[in-house]
Amino acid sequence: MNSNKQILILGIGNLLWADEGFGVRAAEEFGRRYDCGDAATVMDGGTQGVYLLPHIQDCGILILFDAIDYGLAPGTLKVIGDKDVPAFMGAKKISLHQTGFQEVLASALLLGWEPERILLIGVQPEEVEDYGGSLRPVVAAAMDNALAVAAAELQSLGVTVTPRQSAMTDAGSLGPSALDRRAYEDGRPSEDAAFRKGDIRVLALLGAK
Amino acid sequence: MTIQTPNGFSLDTSGRRIVVDPVTRIEGHMRCEVNVDDNNVIRNAVSTGTMWRGLEVILKGRDPRDAWAFVERICGVCTGCHALASVRSVENALDIKIPFNAHLIREIMAKTLQWQDHVVHFYHLHALDWVNPVNALKADSKATSALQQMVSPAHPMSSPGYFRDIQNRLKKFVESGQLGIFKNGYWDNPAYKLPPEADLMAVAPYLEALDFQKEIVKIHTIFGGKNPHPNYMVGGVPCAINMDGDLAAGAPLNMERLNFVHRRIQEAFEFSKNVYIPDIIAIASFYKNWLYGGGLSATNVMDYGDYPVTLHDKSTDQLPGGVILNGNWGEVLPIDPTDHEQIQEFVQHSWYKYPDEAKGLHPWDGSTEPNFVLGAGLKGTRTAIQELDERAKYSWIKSPRWRGNAVEVGPLARYILAYAQGIPFVKDQVDISLAAFNQLAGTSLTPKQALPSTIGRTLARALEAQYCASMMLDDFDRLIGNIKAGDSSTANVAKWDPSTWPKEAKGFGTVAAPRGALGHWIRIKDGKIDNYQCVVPTTWNGSPRDPMGNIGAFEASLMNTPMERPEEPVEILRTLHSFDPCLACSTHIMSEDGRDLATVTVR
Repeated sequence: MNSNKQILILGIGNLLWADEGFGVRAAEEFGRRYDCGDAATVMDGGTQGVYLLPHIQDCGILILFDAIDYGLAPGTLKVIGDKDVPAFMGAKKISLHQTGFQEVLASALLLGWEPERILLIGVQPEEVEDYGGSLRPVVAAAMDNALAVAAAELQSLGVTVTPRQSAMTDAGSLGPSALDRRAYEDGRPSEDAAFRKGDIRVLALLGAK
Repeated sequence: MTIQTPNGFSLDTSGRRIVVDPVTRIEGHMRCEVNVDDNNVIRNAVSTGTMWRGLEVILKGRDPRDAWAFVERICGVCTGCHALASVRSVENALDIKIPFNAHLIREIMAKTLQWQDHVVHFYHLHALDWVNPVNALKADSKATSALQQMVSPAHPMSSPGYFRDIQNRLKKFVESGQLGIFKNGYWDNPAYKLPPEADLMAVAPYLEALDFQKEIVKIHTIFGGKNPHPNYMVGGVPCAINMDGDLAAGAPLNMERLNFVHRRIQEAFEFSKNVYIPDIIAIASFYKNWLYGGGLSATNVMDYGDYPVTLHDKSTDQLPGGVILNGNWGEVLPIDPTDHEQIQEFVQHSWYKYPDEAKGLHPWDGSTEPNFVLGAGLKGTRTAIQELDERAKYSWIKSPRWRGNAVEVGPLARYILAYAQGIPFVKDQVDISLAAFNQLAGTSLTPKQALPSTIGRTLARALEAQYCASMMLDDFDRLIGNIKAGDSSTANVAKWDPSTWPKEAKGFGTVAAPRGALGHWIRIKDGKIDNYQCVVPTTWNGSPRDPMGNIGAFEASLMNTPMERPEEPVEILRTLHSFDPCLACSTHIMSEDGRDLATVTVR
C-alpha cells in the first residue's frame, strides 16, 4: 500500500542498558553527522515496538540500527538485507524489544506494507546488563563503520548524503538533551552512589547496616 | 492439601501442575504455574515476575527537570505516563502550578495515549485470545456482513466485498507461510467459541485499528514535538501557542494544527463507538458462558483517581479514585499515596530481603536487597526450574498492598470505582453496553455479575477508551475557549531555576496509566534527585502472595477457571492478557539465575 520512496533510518533498543542502546545511539549520531535533506527521516525508535508501526508503514526503505546477538565477537558489525531481516531479529533474542520488533515487521507486512528495501545494520553487544551504563568501547568503535554502511546504502539509492560541518545543536537532536550520549554518560551517578544491578532501595538497607 | 487464603480463595495443590512461561507476547517476562483438578479446573495459581527491576537508580544525582526523559525510556509501552507521573512528582515537590493551557494539553496527550494503548492492546495483543483468524478463512462474507450490520449498524465498513477482501488478505498471508503473529495459536482448541463469521468480523478491525493508530499518534507529535518519544516539561508543556502562526516545521500551535487534533479526536470517538465497543460486546456474547477471570475485581479494587476538571482538585476527577473492599460498592474508601500506613510493599514471597519480612514498607522507606532463594518444594534445579515452590520466595515482583489488602488495579478497577460513585458517563456506558450484551446473549446479567470477569476487564478498557475520547472533546473546547480569551501561556517557569528551590523537597505524582494506578515518588536535595521510586500497575496486579497469605490479582483471576486442554493454556493467557500485563518496568533481567528461569515453555 505504501510503496512510496520515503526512507526511514530507525535506531531501536534501550539506551539505559549499555550496549542495548547501540541502535538509538547510531541513529542519533547519524543525524548529527549527516544531512540527507528531505529524503530521509532519522528516528530514535527506542523500545516502542508496535507503536513504531505507523512509521514503518509510511516508509518504502527501512534502514535499521540495532544491537543483536549473532554469537560473534563483541563489536562485530553484521549487515542483513530484506527478507532475512525478520528471521534474524527473531533468531536469538537478547532483549525485550526484539520480540516486539519482529512482530512489528510481520504486522506491517500483513497490513500490506511492501518495502523496497530493508537493511539491518547490527552490532554484537558486549554488555547489556549494566543499568544506566553506556556503550562499551568495543561497541562504540563499531559506530563509524555502521554509519558508513548506512551512508553508502543511501548513496547507492541516489540520496545525497552531506557530512555536516559541525555537530548539530540540541534543538536538532533526536531526543531531549539530557539523554544525549555525553550528558547521559557524564551525569551517571557513581557505582557507590547508585547500585548498577538494581534499584536505589538497595542502598537504603545497605546504609542502615 | 487445601489452603484457605484470607482474601477468600481455596488453594489446592494436589492436582496436575501446568507451567506457562513466558506469558506475555511483548515487553516483559512473566511465568505462571497452576494446578488443575481431575476436571481440569484451576485450583491453585502462581504468578512469577522472572526479571529484576531496577529503574530508579540511574536518576540519583541528576537534575529533577530531566527525570521525565529517563523514565520515558523505562518501557516502550508506557512512555508518556511515566513522563507525566515524573513531571507531576517534581511539580508536587516544588509546589509548581502549571498554566491552564498546559493542563489541558497534557490531558489531551494522556487520554490520546490511553485511547491508543487500549485499542492496540485489544486488536494487536488480546483479540487473538478470543478470535480465531484461521477459522475466519471459512467464513461466508455475506453472513459476516449481516452480522456486522446487526451488532453495529453505524459501522463504517460492513459490505460483503469488504469482508471478502479482508479474507483474501488473510489467506494470502497464511499461505505465504508467514503466519507470524498467528503462528503460536491453538487454533483447534474448543476454548475458541466464535463461529467463522464472527471470527472474520473481528479480524477485520485488527487490520483497521493498526492502520488507524497511524493518524491518532500525530496528536502527540503536534503537542509533544518528537515522535515516538514526546517531550514533556516541568512547569507546563514545551509547545508555544500562536494562533495566527504558519505551518512551518516546529512552528507554534496554531488553529490549523488544533483543527487537525479535533478531527482526530472525533474519529477516535467514532471508532470507539462504532467499532471497538460493538466488537467487544459481539465477541462477549459468544462467550456468555465464560464469565471467569474476575478474581480480586469482584472484591477489592484501587485507583488514585485522574482526569481532574480543575487541576489539583481531586474532587473534580472524572475517573475518581479510592478503594473498594469486599465487593461493597456502597462504600468507596479514600486513598492517600503519601500515607505510610496505606501503601506498603511486602517481600516475604519476593526475591528480596527485609529485616522483618512480616512487615511492609512504604515506597519512601523501602529497600530492595536481592535474595534469590528457592523453597524446599522446588522441582528441578536452581538454573532449570520445573516447578516453583510458592510457599517460599517465588517472584521478582514485590507485593504492594493497601492497608494490608491485595487489590486489583486497571481500567476495570477504575470503572468499578466510577460506577460505584455514580459518574454519569460511566454509568450510562456500562448500563447501555450491558443491555446490548444481554440482548445479544439472551441473558440478564447485572453490572456486579458481569464486570468482575475477564470479559468485563476487556470491556472496561474499551469503554474507557471512548470516555477518554469524549473527555478530550471537552478538553479541546476548553483549550480553544481559553486561548480565544487571550491566554496563550503554556509554561510556568517562575521556579525553573534550582536556586529558587528549597534545600530539600519531596513529592509524588500519580497517573491513571493504561494498566492501572501508577505512582512516582521523588526526593530532591540541593537541586538534585536524592531518591526516586516508581510503583507501577503490574506490580500491584502481578504480585505474589503476602505474609498474610493473600494471593495477588493475576493469581486470583485464574482461580476456578476450567481449562479445555491444560496443555494448551488458552484460558490462562486470555485472562492474564486481559490485564495487559507489562513487566518491563515492574521487573528487569538481573542475573543468569533469573534469566535461566525461562526454561519450561508451554507457549
